Amino acid sequence: MKKTISEFLKTVLIFLAGRFKRLTMYFKKTKTMKDYMMVYYSQAKSAKLTGGKVAWITSGGPVEPLIAMDVIPVYPENHGAMIGASKMGGSLCEVAEAMGYSADLCSYARSDIGCATVNGGPIGGLPKPDMLVCCNNICGTVLKWYEIQARYFNVPLFILDTPFCHTEYTEEMARYVRAQFDDYFVFLEKACGRKFDFEKLNRVGYLSHQGQLLWQAVLDTAMHKPSPMSAFDAFYHLALIVTLRGTKEVIDYYTWLLAYMKDRIARGIGAVPNEKYRLLWDNIPIWHRTRWLSEKFAAHNACLVADTYTTAWCGALRYIDENNFIDSAAEAHARIYLNIGVDQMAKMVIEMIDKYDVDGFVLHSNRSCKPYSFGQLDIQKIVERERGIPCLMLEADMTDERTFSESQISTRIDAYMEIIKERKNKK
Amino acid sequence: MRTAGIDIGSITAKAAIVEDGKILGTKVIFTGYNAEAAGTKVYEELLREKSLDKSAVEKIVSTGYGRNSVNFADKSFTEIMCHAAGAYHLDKKVRSIIDIGGQDSKAILLDEHGKVKNFVMNDKCAAGTGRFLEVMARALEVDLDEFGEISVKSEKPSKISSLCTVFAESEVISLIARGEKRKDIIAGIHESIASRVASMSARIGLIEPLMITGGVARNSGVVKALGKKLNMKIEVLPYAQVTGAIGAAFLATTL
Repeated sequence: MKKTISEFLKTVLIFLAGRFKRLTMYFKKTKTMKDYMMVYYSQAKSAKLTGGKVAWITSGGPVEPLIAMDVIPVYPENHGAMIGASKMGGSLCEVAEAMGYSADLCSYARSDIGCATVNGGPIGGLPKPDMLVCCNNICGTVLKWYEIQARYFNVPLFILDTPFCHTEYTEEMARYVRAQFDDYFVFLEKACGRKFDFEKLNRVGYLSHQGQLLWQAVLDTAMHKPSPMSAFDAFYHLALIVTLRGTKEVIDYYTWLLAYMKDRIARGIGAVPNEKYRLLWDNIPIWHRTRWLSEKFAAHNACLVADTYTTAWCGALRYIDENNFIDSAAEAHARIYLNIGVDQMAKMVIEMIDKYDVDGFVLHSNRSCKPYSFGQLDIQKIVERERGIPCLMLEADMTDERTFSESQISTRIDAYMEIIKERKNKK
Repeated sequence: MRTAGIDIGSITAKAAIVEDGKILGTKVIFTGYNAEAAGTKVYEELLREKSLDKSAVEKIVSTGYGRNSVNFADKSFTEIMCHAAGAYHLDKKVRSIIDIGGQDSKAILLDEHGKVKNFVMNDKCAAGTGRFLEVMARALEVDLDEFGEISVKSEKPSKISSLCTVFAESEVISLIARGEKRKDIIAGIHESIASRVASMSARIGLIEPLMITGGVARNSGVVKALGKKLNMKIEVLPYAQVTGAIGAAFLATTL
């Protein structure tokens, strides 16, 4: 009883803090990422108080139908990134490992499963879900992970199955994925107890598309030399397009961010003070080491100007038709970077190499993320063959800091930069 | 011009002094727990042996894991750069290097001017390194320096399948318990290192002539197993262990 009361009071406090923040934001000229994230998480964590519903959803899942139905989407993967950045991944993974989960399993899954049982991590755990939405366009692990959580929280689970698009998106695939969107709407009607709001979905879909266009425009500013932003900045600013895609907040924030980056370009300010070498990053960041890596590369006057990871939230833009959101969303979700063949991935990497005019390609072989890491050696070879730029492979893990070897990684980066410098000076 | 190179590895600290393209002398000591002190000690001992004063050396380059703790060095380079420079000065024809040190192994590709074209390093794991051999020598109660000699007598190397040093050690202990011959177990250990290094090297594709450097090059058993596994001739020079320090000394001439 005592525990229930203190839990309730805590929720009330979180709710009030969120409302207060929103009020102060109203008067603030520049709203920061932290402002938005605090309001977002306090709303999600106090949803029970206001009668709202919370859905946990995979990062590549279609979030727009949730927003159209006023369900607050929460992302265990975004939470995983926060856990990693707070260097709490190792200890939460240990909780899952003690429950019997293998250390070879994805560290987002392990830290999420561990965190759900202890309400640990930087924000005291995620709010309990009313439903789960899982799309396997990013990996196969999410299927079992979400099934486990559906059992643990005893809530309904919707699975959107996107076939792997080795080379093309066939008519059969299109019909198959599109039909599941109809199932998704029915699932939401049942979970929310009211008719699906298609009119609102169109508005949300439009905002989602606009948000992605803006995010792409922000990332594009890195084409400028010196680049006004680095991939490390992109890793930070990414949070909104992931969590609030389809809302006006995203538009407001990225409109401001784009203007900010353009202003930096106009004033000649680079993310790395003396940018001499430009690099492309592949895979999910090593969340627990972003600052260290950023300083390490900057010490060599190297800027990681772009990355394949943050581009994923606008990488399928070409398939989206804002006038036909539902049909095109099916295709856009099936054809994301992690759900296509290695040759196509390599093609996209090479496009980015040319677009951002980089001197090298740094690949994080991420122990956790198998679909992202599996074809990397082939992609590296294709890049070396097609563009002849030096590539560097770093073995680490996005969240589990126990797998990181600082002196090894440090030597690799130093040696790699020695090669890059030699090559560039020869030109 | 007289220059010096200091290579602080995880197990040994090496120093080399070169003068006008010639190697004046080299020295190897154990690193111990204080990398900084080891750097000073190995350098001063070498100077004393060669009856040289500190002022007689113009530039110093440090390398190896302890490269940043050599505070009297003018500059530091990674051991990849230094092994490449060292190997190239020892043999201009060399195009690939396998360097097996105490805590890591590397394969390095060189261009025709001795510059690093590409390299690959082992994952953060002791298998395929000198440390792996040290652990095994302890388990087998054999002096590491005798490893090579003992293993070449083996006709039927034991099979060590584990990729993990700790598991491989228990595998070795169970082989001992099963009564397998020491020479076969040691030969099996060498083959296990050779497989590990060979599969890593395949990532960049080795080109002959191939040279082996680093402390493990002193072990003829590993060199033999590696040559067999790669189906390549491997050049082993008496300077193998100090190649990084020599390379550092040569790089110092360019400062």
